[in-house]
Amino acid sequence: MSTPTMPAAFDARVERPSASAIVFEDVHLSFEDNAVLRGVSFHLPLGETKALFGVAGSGKSTILKLALGLLEPDSGRITVLGNEVTQMREQDLFPMRGRLGMVFQESALFDSLTVSENVAFRLLEERGTYTNEIDQRVREALRFVELEHTIDMFPSELSGGMRRRVAIARAIITQPELLLYDSPTGGLDPVTSNTIVELIMKQRDVYKTSSLLVTHRLQDAFTMASRQFDKQTNQVRLLPRGQHCDVPMSFLILRDGKVIFDGDVRQLTHTKDEYIREYIS
Amino acid sequence: MELTSPTDFAKQKVQAVQEYTLLAAQSVGNLFRKPLYFGDMVRQADLIGVGSLPIVVLTGFFTGGVLALQTANTLQRFGSITLIGQLVSTSMVRELGPVLTGLMVAGRNSSGMASELGSMVVTEQIDAMRALGTDPIKKLVTPRVTATVFMLFFLSIISDLVGLAGGLMVAKLFLSLDARQYWSNAWQVLVLQDVFMGLLKPVMFGFIIATVGCYYGITARGGTQGVGRATTQAVVAASVFILVTDFFVTKLLISVLSYH
Repeated sequence: MSTPTMPAAFDARVERPSASAIVFEDVHLSFEDNAVLRGVSFHLPLGETKALFGVAGSGKSTILKLALGLLEPDSGRITVLGNEVTQMREQDLFPMRGRLGMVFQESALFDSLTVSENVAFRLLEERGTYTNEIDQRVREALRFVELEHTIDMFPSELSGGMRRRVAIARAIITQPELLLYDSPTGGLDPVTSNTIVELIMKQRDVYKTSSLLVTHRLQDAFTMASRQFDKQTNQVRLLPRGQHCDVPMSFLILRDGKVIFDGDVRQLTHTKDEYIREYIS
Repeated sequence: MELTSPTDFAKQKVQAVQEYTLLAAQSVGNLFRKPLYFGDMVRQADLIGVGSLPIVVLTGFFTGGVLALQTANTLQRFGSITLIGQLVSTSMVRELGPVLTGLMVAGRNSSGMASELGSMVVTEQIDAMRALGTDPIKKLVTPRVTATVFMLFFLSIISDLVGLAGGLMVAKLFLSLDARQYWSNAWQVLVLQDVFMGLLKPVMFGFIIATVGCYYGITARGGTQGVGRATTQAVVAASVFILVTDFFVTKLLISVLSYH
């Protein structure tokens, strides 16, 4: 196997942390003797969606948990929306997390709460009672994911895809500045996957939300890199080949706990690295 | 099976004690920080307190009854059968009421808390709560601790009363004693120290039940099997902890309050 090479664009990206939603600088993390991340550095510019790839166990979900402050790195620095997460106490992280939205791999909906209570969770925490205004916002968020009819159901009454969409509604209800998606299309049928990919594109192109997307499905990321959500027609449209770089979308590939690629779709498709070529083929 | 070295075993135990102490301290500290989750406290008080009422009443009543039955023979031999009210009263108020109520509530609620929180951990609901900007200790642990302490206090009082009623039933039906004499004896023998001891214990036991249940739930690992293990461990640990604490608290109070 060939030694992975870093594209020139990568270093330039790490040096521009001012307009960044997330900055990872030389982050190391081990679980007992198993080194999961070995000097991971990257940055996610504001308004951009970055898709994270890598084989199972390469540390993709761990990166999301580190960004949220759910895990602490062994060394290195992580800055999220201008806050240095690695220097913050748990109590100070809670208000910061209020500016973020996270969609978990298995949805992680609260199974004893209804769909409306799940989606309204953040607002209920802020205001205490379920008001008409909250109800309106819950319906709006559920309409966004086309699940308004499930408002009084419990998560156990929903299919896997519906649960994933409710989790997206819960994450976006407060219009967070940054969204983290952990395999939002994993284990779903192609039709439901496409619906979720469209929702992510809608969030990116309509609300300009920065996001970090962990996925195993390359086709999802390529779809997102070559299409744009049109607010006028409320539909996704395919962009001509030359305009793919206009989409705020980038790719990051992890291998053995290190970043081996960080760049846009054009750089990815033109890479000379054999491992990456094999990975994307 | 993989063997753990004595050093690692000791380290794990010390870490567990440290984590438990931290959780217990945070659960109390959160009472002084907003939001207070009063609604959750009331919901938990209903689940823990009202839900445990039937088992506490049954346990208290039959314990009082069997206490009277078991001691009647001995008291009769010394010609002191009329003291049965005193015996049931002091035993129930000082010891059996709080301890048995604590053990019953531990069996019902420590396991419930461990399994509920454990399931939330393994399905990432606790992580989701943290990700949504809510402190799970404040939202889930503090209301359970407050509700258990508050409700166990009243459940113990109820247990004492129905225990005395159980003793009365035996005294009246099987020993043909006068009900008024029974109540009068039972009431007069109690001193302030008895009542203080009987009311302090449920507060401590309530705290133990909730913090142990929540600790095993929050630290559950290893899927559904791990949740099952946490549930069993929570009941065992809470019950043992209650009995050990009871011994030391009784010894301490007897020394401090200087009575026998």
